[in-house]
Amino acid sequence: MRTFSWGRALMWALCALVGAWLVVPVLVVIPLSFTGKPSLKFPPDSWSTRWYANFFGDTAWMSALWTSLQVALLVTVVATALGTAAALGLTRARVRGLGAAQGTMLAPMIVPGVVLAIGTYSVFLKLQLVGSLAGFVMAHTVLALPFVVIPITASLRGFDRRLESAAASLGAGGWTTFRTVTLPLVAPGVASGALFAFVTSFDEVVVSLFIQSPYLQTLPVKMYASVTRETDPTIAAAASMIIVLTTTLVFAATFFVARRSRVK
Amino acid sequence: MVLDQLSGDVSGAARPAADAPSPARTASDAGGRRPALLILPALIALAAFFLYPLALVAWNAFTDPTPGLGNFVWFFSEPANLATLGRTFTTALWVTAVSLLLSYPYAYAMTVAGPRVRGLLMMLVLLPFWTSLMVRTFAWVILLQDTGVINQLLGAVGLGPFSLIRTQTGVIIGMVQLLMPFMVLPLYAVMSGIDGRLLPAARSLGARPATAFVTVYMPLSLPGVSAGCLTVFISALGFYITPALLGSPTDALISQQIFTQVNGLLKWGRGGAMGVVLLGLTLVMIALLAVSLRRAGRRVSR
Repeated sequence: MRTFSWGRALMWALCALVGAWLVVPVLVVIPLSFTGKPSLKFPPDSWSTRWYANFFGDTAWMSALWTSLQVALLVTVVATALGTAAALGLTRARVRGLGAAQGTMLAPMIVPGVVLAIGTYSVFLKLQLVGSLAGFVMAHTVLALPFVVIPITASLRGFDRRLESAAASLGAGGWTTFRTVTLPLVAPGVASGALFAFVTSFDEVVVSLFIQSPYLQTLPVKMYASVTRETDPTIAAAASMIIVLTTTLVFAATFFVARRSRVK
Repeated sequence: MVLDQLSGDVSGAARPAADAPSPARTASDAGGRRPALLILPALIALAAFFLYPLALVAWNAFTDPTPGLGNFVWFFSEPANLATLGRTFTTALWVTAVSLLLSYPYAYAMTVAGPRVRGLLMMLVLLPFWTSLMVRTFAWVILLQDTGVINQLLGAVGLGPFSLIRTQTGVIIGMVQLLMPFMVLPLYAVMSGIDGRLLPAARSLGARPATAFVTVYMPLSLPGVSAGCLTVFISALGFYITPALLGSPTDALISQQIFTQVNGLLKWGRGGAMGVVLLGLTLVMIALLAVSLRRAGRRVSR
């Protein structure tokens, strides 16, 4: 028994180390964003908020942030709508080729980003979509679709279809049934799909690097360019705000789901 | 009376593809075909902005600048390209192996921990999972610098300084941390489904704890291991941002070469050929896993 408890102690020690290793590296960015010197030296010697002022005062950073938010919100709407419809079809249709359709729907998850990026770039050059908002939205939407379809399909599989029949028997039409019965019950799946869509778009770098133009860049693209060209702590300020934003979103979503399941 | 009417409505409603095998469905021509239309918008978007781009990559590989296999002959005859391919493979293997080694005990600990600790451990996995890849890579650029935190820490115990940034080691360190959530989550999903009483049962039959763990628990966790390894391995094969920022340009991985060929040199055909090779490798890995999982499934069911 003694060797076993030694094993346990070792396991917990390793666990603590791995847990720290997962989270701590990202956190160095936050103190770094408050550095007083124009260098990315860690730990900083002096402190200031000038890099935040710089971020909000710089038109290039602000327009990149604005583009990213616009694209991500549009992608959330488009991908969630397409994905919800597709998930309904995938769980209910009885036609041949359903497996192929499902495979196609999930394929963007496994295709290496660079391969899709050069393909999208050549398509966009033909269609003159390079550096356009619509281009970003469509390119990100196909990447987000699998992450929308998966949770919504899962919710729909656990959904009692007799509730729809009941609604229909009380005189509700197809759309009314969907809106008042089906959608509220699969809402957690739709919500997590929408969150995935937003984050997928907001984080996307590789495809965006190809389809950007000097006039229309997303925030991660601007960050990438900034890391490769200069050592400007403004990027640390941008990164810190992204960390805070995503952390808040995830906590809010977790809280929302936890509360919903308690209500049920 | 009212009830009769209701039940009459239910069967007469002829909702397409109602789950229960009802006479209504056989009566309706639509069958399960009408819901299939709902898949169409997503499929059209995928055809235009996913399948068409990939087809164009392949088309370029075989036709640019001249039709034929020239680009593939070039790829497989240049030693530098083969070295890139080998380096990509070994990097992905290292990343997978190290992630598995770190994630396995972590995921196991999640299954034996109390609810609070488990929640905390889960949070520690999910936070990086959600945090932007660009932000995390940037953090590693800072940490791995020659005068960065890691070298300072190592210096404090009398080691180093090592050059970490612009080396393959640096790339592996960064990629392991970035991809670990994709290893922990499937491992935990499978492990939490393993009956915890199996280990005490094995021990009561005389197996030592280590023997019980290796012969009973580990085989049952294999589906999670292969799912996690596959996800991490294929993600590592196609990783671009992290090797581009943490690695050295002379030791580029295949994704970086693709980027250079197309964006820097405008060699669409060569970039396309490399893309086809990378995509092909990825698909082969997935097929191999599918086959091995099916074999394992058959063995378990026997």
